[in-house]
Amino acid sequence: MFTHLRPALVMVAALTVLTGVVYPLAITGLSQVLLPAQANGSLLTRDGAVVGSSLVGQLFTGDGYFHGRPSAAGSDGYDASASSGSNLGPTSAKLVARVEAAIPALAVPNGASVPADAVTASASGLDPHISPDYAALQVERVAKARGVPPARIREILAGAAEEPLAGVVGEPRVNVLLLNIALDAALASGTG
Amino acid sequence: MTLDGWLEIALVLGAVLIAARPLGLYMARVLQGERTLLAPVLRPLERRLYSAAGIDAGKEQGWLAYTLAMLAFSAAGFLVLYVLMRLQASLPLNPQGFAGVPPDLAFNTALSFVTNTNWQSYAGETTMAHIVQMAGLTVQNFVSAATGIALAAAVTRAFARSGSATIGNFWVDMTRATLYVLLPLSIVVALAYVMSGVPQTLLASTGVTTLEGAKQTLSLGPVASQEAIKQLGTNGGGFFNANAAHPFENPNAWSNMLSIWSMLVVSAAMTFAFGRMVGDARQGHALLAAMGILLVAAVALVYGAEAAGNPILAKLGIDASAGNLEGKEIRFGQALTALYIAATTGLSCGAVNAMHDSLTPLGGLAPMFLMQLGEILPGGVGSGLYGMIVMAILAVFVAGLMVGRTPEYLGKKIEAREMKLAILALLILPFAILGFAAASAVMPSALESLANAGPHGLSEILYAYSSAAGNNGSAFAGLNANTPWYNTTLGLAMLLGRFAYVVPVMAIAGSLAAKRKIAPSAGTFPTHGGLFVGLLVGVILILGGLQYFPSLALGPVVEHFLMQSGKTF
Repeated sequence: MFTHLRPALVMVAALTVLTGVVYPLAITGLSQVLLPAQANGSLLTRDGAVVGSSLVGQLFTGDGYFHGRPSAAGSDGYDASASSGSNLGPTSAKLVARVEAAIPALAVPNGASVPADAVTASASGLDPHISPDYAALQVERVAKARGVPPARIREILAGAAEEPLAGVVGEPRVNVLLLNIALDAALASGTG
Repeated sequence: MTLDGWLEIALVLGAVLIAARPLGLYMARVLQGERTLLAPVLRPLERRLYSAAGIDAGKEQGWLAYTLAMLAFSAAGFLVLYVLMRLQASLPLNPQGFAGVPPDLAFNTALSFVTNTNWQSYAGETTMAHIVQMAGLTVQNFVSAATGIALAAAVTRAFARSGSATIGNFWVDMTRATLYVLLPLSIVVALAYVMSGVPQTLLASTGVTTLEGAKQTLSLGPVASQEAIKQLGTNGGGFFNANAAHPFENPNAWSNMLSIWSMLVVSAAMTFAFGRMVGDARQGHALLAAMGILLVAAVALVYGAEAAGNPILAKLGIDASAGNLEGKEIRFGQALTALYIAATTGLSCGAVNAMHDSLTPLGGLAPMFLMQLGEILPGGVGSGLYGMIVMAILAVFVAGLMVGRTPEYLGKKIEAREMKLAILALLILPFAILGFAAASAVMPSALESLANAGPHGLSEILYAYSSAAGNNGSAFAGLNANTPWYNTTLGLAMLLGRFAYVVPVMAIAGSLAAKRKIAPSAGTFPTHGGLFVGLLVGVILILGGLQYFPSLALGPVVEHFLMQSGKTF
């Protein structure tokens, strides 16, 4: 065993320097030079102020904004320094109670079904997207709060919808933060 | 399930197969000490490493010396990582000013990364300083994977050689696997990750003011560099708590496909390297076929169960066509989430892009069973190959019993000594998984950690020990495992699953290397055809089923029927 002591210690030390210091620092240097926007978190600025990251969802509660999915990250949701899912299993009474409690506020028209993503928490608690169905469900509310016809909101929504690449890769989805920024830009009056 | 979904799955698996063959042949060259494309850059560095460490690269080791070198290297890695975590408060590169990691958590985490498990009882963004993430965890991500490749190379040589007292040099295999395979691949994949939006910065976080005027703190860090080796080395330990479900670890469908590709590619390549090194490519294809059949079956089970959704929620008026979305991200879709779940547990990766605790009962059964089978579909880098070879030995033994001949595999007679050692290795996993799970299930203090009641609670415990002993690292994360009991026993399960398993396997390698290779005769059972693949798949399923079905029946299976009848806990 002792004959292996020197190689073990030297190799751990040398590979720590190579893979634990040189490698991450080299990647950091390269990315900061070649791809600074992505390397720093794909931040979005508006009027010179950083308003979020295009990749990370944020909490929306006002009627004039589209809302994201329920979130289990942090105490109020969408805490981007404490990512987390609910970890509730399919037969959890807590899960069923939480879903039931969320349904009335969605104002689903009679006979229609509730979009699943509107009542389920994402894995990270930071899901930036919602389904096109959940977005469509919110059009009336947003239109009313902003005092514009629903058709105008639908137009903005259509511009923000993302489709699968080549019809296959990825899902049809709407980035809530980007949609809300587009909404503010298109309807400069009030934020509801 | 949709056709588009299966197309996406086929696209990723196809890309893995296309890359695996050339990568495997390249790895065979690296492990056989041949000159490769990267030699002009890496050869001088390699030589300098050997001379600093006092390693005679030309001198080979017998199985015992090889194993002891591996154990010494792992022990040294464990100590360094443990000390780094305990002392992180007084080290540089700790921008958040995190306190030192408590002893039981540091013990668990150090073992976890040294054994290539990457079980995480902690949340990365609120516990570990950058210095630990980089100089501690990332390093073990590389070298624990390289150790797996080295061990697999040694076992492969036992079949390739005839009457040999040695099976290679651990230091050389491990160093070459790191320098020539893992490091170059990681650099390419890390930059591809950054391109797709994964951050790579030394900043800890940045504060933003949201549209509604609230403050949001975005955790950042050197994520891409760690993400790349985490996937390529089938480690799976996330930078963030939500692992690869976090938008900064896995921002879109492309990064998701890259994640799945990079966790599968090295293990798949190992089967091609195996075929090349034993001098018969078809032998590697047979192992890969058995792995592929079981993996695709598992994908189908998860995809089917998750796309069908939760009938209890459907009764409340929730649209069932989207499937079960609790604990899943919209951008990945059900198909690639299912592939991710099966791949990460068929491998010993353990990265997750969905919260496994919130899967439907059958969707959660599949990953649990894949881990219990011993992480061989296609398994962790290296460890998957030697695990599969043990299964192949068992399969030829069963075939030998049927026709009354001494079994042989690749020209080596499998006799009593090898069988005893193989069975010893195989019994380690059920011992660690079922033993610790049973103890936890009757300990009131251990049950306090459960997040879910009813059969799902048992699933949480069972999943934890399956993950630890299989060196996977994924979790039913509702279980609060950051307690002295779980940190300690899960640590021991990881230790047993890695080292208690591999020592008998290496002893088999030693004994087989010493045997003369016999030429195949008319009575030799061919181990490259469809018959052998079928037998191998059967042996894996029957053995796994016999060992774990009773416990699975009490957890996910009973939960499935209760969910169908609308019962909640």
